[in-house]
Amino acid sequence: MATLKAQIIEQLNLQEVKPEDIGDDTPLFKDGLGLDSIDALELIVLLQQHYRIRIANPEQGPEIFHSVRSIANFITAHQQQNQ
Amino acid sequence: MGGNDVWVLGGGVICGIGNNVPECIAAFRQMKPGMTTMQYLTSTHRDSFPVVEVKADNATLAAKSGLPAHISRTALLSAVAVKEAWESAKLGNIREYRVGLVSANTVGGMDKTEDFFAEYLQDNQSGRLRDVVNHECGSITELVADMLGIRHHVSTISTACSSSANAIMYGARLLKNNLVDVVIAGGTDALTRFTLNGFNTLMILDQKACRPFDDTRTGLNLGEGAGYIVMVSDAIAQKMDIQPWCKLTGYANANDAYHQTASSPDGIGNYLAMQQAMEMAGITTEDMSYINLHGTGTLNNDLSEGTAIQRLFGNAVPPASSTKSFTGHTLGASGGIEAVFAALAVKEGYLYPNAQFSHQMKELNFSPVTKFSEGNVINNVMSNSFGFGGNCSSLVFSKENS
Amino acid sequence: MNIYINGTGCVSPLETAIEGRLPSAAPLYDNIRLKAAEPDYKQWIDIKMIRRMSRVIKMGVAVAQLSLQEAGISKPEGIITGTAYGCLDDTGVFLTKMVNQNEEMLTPTAFIQSTHNTVAGQIALLLECHAYNNTFVHKGFSFEHALIDSIMQLREGKISNILAGAMDELTNHSFNILSRFNLFKHAHAGEGAACFVLSTEKGPNAIAKLKGVSVLYKPDSFEEVAADIVGFLAAHNCSQEDVDLVITGRNGDPAGDAWYEHVENKLFSELPVAHFKHLCGEYPTANAFGTWMASRIIASQEVSPAVLFKGNAPSSIKKVLLYNHHDATHHSMILLSIC
Repeated sequence: MATLKAQIIEQLNLQEVKPEDIGDDTPLFKDGLGLDSIDALELIVLLQQHYRIRIANPEQGPEIFHSVRSIANFITAHQQQNQ
Repeated sequence: MGGNDVWVLGGGVICGIGNNVPECIAAFRQMKPGMTTMQYLTSTHRDSFPVVEVKADNATLAAKSGLPAHISRTALLSAVAVKEAWESAKLGNIREYRVGLVSANTVGGMDKTEDFFAEYLQDNQSGRLRDVVNHECGSITELVADMLGIRHHVSTISTACSSSANAIMYGARLLKNNLVDVVIAGGTDALTRFTLNGFNTLMILDQKACRPFDDTRTGLNLGEGAGYIVMVSDAIAQKMDIQPWCKLTGYANANDAYHQTASSPDGIGNYLAMQQAMEMAGITTEDMSYINLHGTGTLNNDLSEGTAIQRLFGNAVPPASSTKSFTGHTLGASGGIEAVFAALAVKEGYLYPNAQFSHQMKELNFSPVTKFSEGNVINNVMSNSFGFGGNCSSLVFSKENS
Repeated sequence: MNIYINGTGCVSPLETAIEGRLPSAAPLYDNIRLKAAEPDYKQWIDIKMIRRMSRVIKMGVAVAQLSLQEAGISKPEGIITGTAYGCLDDTGVFLTKMVNQNEEMLTPTAFIQSTHNTVAGQIALLLECHAYNNTFVHKGFSFEHALIDSIMQLREGKISNILAGAMDELTNHSFNILSRFNLFKHAHAGEGAACFVLSTEKGPNAIAKLKGVSVLYKPDSFEEVAADIVGFLAAHNCSQEDVDLVITGRNGDPAGDAWYEHVENKLFSELPVAHFKHLCGEYPTANAFGTWMASRIIASQEVSPAVLFKGNAPSSIKKVLLYNHHDATHHSMILLSIC
């Protein structure tokens, strides 16, 4: 999850935020980090670029990207599926 | 004729359903929307999304417009529509008036720049300079102005999807302030890989023909084209024996100030623009005969726009439709193209159909018009254009004797 | 009806954002390419929004906030910007990725930020301002058209203030490409942003009055420009003798500067002349810097030796004429007066 946090920080250009600052379960959208719909689209590209997972429907975003842990779980589930 | 009125004398359009106004009207009459697979632009996404390209290559457009074929498609389209608009106004020699050209666009000469960039990125001394000399939005306008001999006031506006509606407003103000006698105002945009890919990153492109204001809609189709109206002030109209199409009686621009690309759920920017345009026109909701919706077909726009319309009109929403169901979203040109359609609706009593519609949106109490008709009593028409940056514009066109 | 400049803000290759005034000696730039001296933007922009903003957007928002602060208003009744090049950095980033990645795996931020009205949109967002919002993108007239639109709206009497400004940036790509057009053989390549709160009511820190703006596209001759300037002054009840200081946009390019020479010698041979592009460089909206400078000169009643080009600094500066052109095709005149 530390790698994922670093990737998120880089993709979203979260200046002055370090991986240690993001809790595994911190809500990413609205409260917590306060990300918005553009960030959600950026995260969709991140998943494609680094983990080769395609999300066709942006409406799935809020659920998958709820927290770093939910993203990590989603990635694991998809990678298991592909094996 | 009153004191400070603005008269619409004519208009010109080129878009994916017709190379001129009569062809576009025929397409509405025959229920022939213009969505197809990409034919003229090259892109790796060619088969992924239907688009509404102007059905002519650059060589054909060059012959029609009088500009050279190597010039940006954005300028070629603009020239064709400006010429049609000027001719339809029947004002004679353009050099006899203080003419203003206010032309909006979002892409400028990007169709050429993106070709240049491929070579330039390999080596920053390569790439043909003539492909970027007209990159700027303003350069596109000047290519057309210079060709037609328009010098008195030449301007360009760029506010995303509301651009050409704002151009029309600025043009009307120039007339009222006696800075020009005649204004040709509207906009142009050509389809480019830059725009196609940009919209694709926002995940709002439909992989099928778009369904504006339909409950099952999933996005927009990109289009391209150009549309302009010719306007004169009262002072000029009184001097000449003119046959106006209608009057531009109201206009307003308001900002949603909610998010960079998404509209607020209650559509406050949309609401304010419509309300203020109608207030300026001096009409009530009962006087509105038809609304040409912004209606892109995205989940977000149609809901916000529909919500704002319901807030304004209550249970008595007038006939409304999105002509983007035929033309696609022509971005910087949309306000101009739809202004021509709106003005013509007043002149000829047209109601335009909203294609690809079957399911009323569950949040709304109205459905769009689905059949073309003419000879209706159309006194006032409102045209909406809502763009990125929360930029919301509405125009009201009215019959002469109002 | 009077139009007051109640607040200004400027980001330029000088420390104008912090100092708010001109240097006493002209700087010696060792590079043909001038870079804006950027303030700490965090004082005006929330860090969550800054992360997406390119330099031109930050510059634009900063000068907007500076001018609103000086004018003492929190929300203007209109926002009008002018930019010839738009958001070049984001355009370049998106284009580069699009070409290099063959249109795959592209991200939305650069595309969204590349639209020309992003600055005006972001200002509205930050201030939650629902008022009129427009952006002009017409080359060397982008700033002047923003002023003309502002004047027309204020004349309608429905609103009493407008925020009007202009900004353009230079990126590595744009500098390379513009250089290939030989634009910087003599002139410095510049960038910057300037904003003004224009109001029909005089504010507590009112700086100057904006008397008039006029533009002239592709004049045929020096004589046509000279005649236009005389007509412009007359339209504002001003004779050539009434002008106390002339400011011109000479940039070191001999062919371009010939226009200024003619106007200075033919119409204002007895008057002191100041210039500004040796401070901010040449770019399509440089006249916004020129106007900022003109307004500060009126407010302070001082003409710094750093900007005086010809003649002696006048003891009383009531009327200032600013004559500028970009590329010899886009000429403009702005008349400012004391409050």
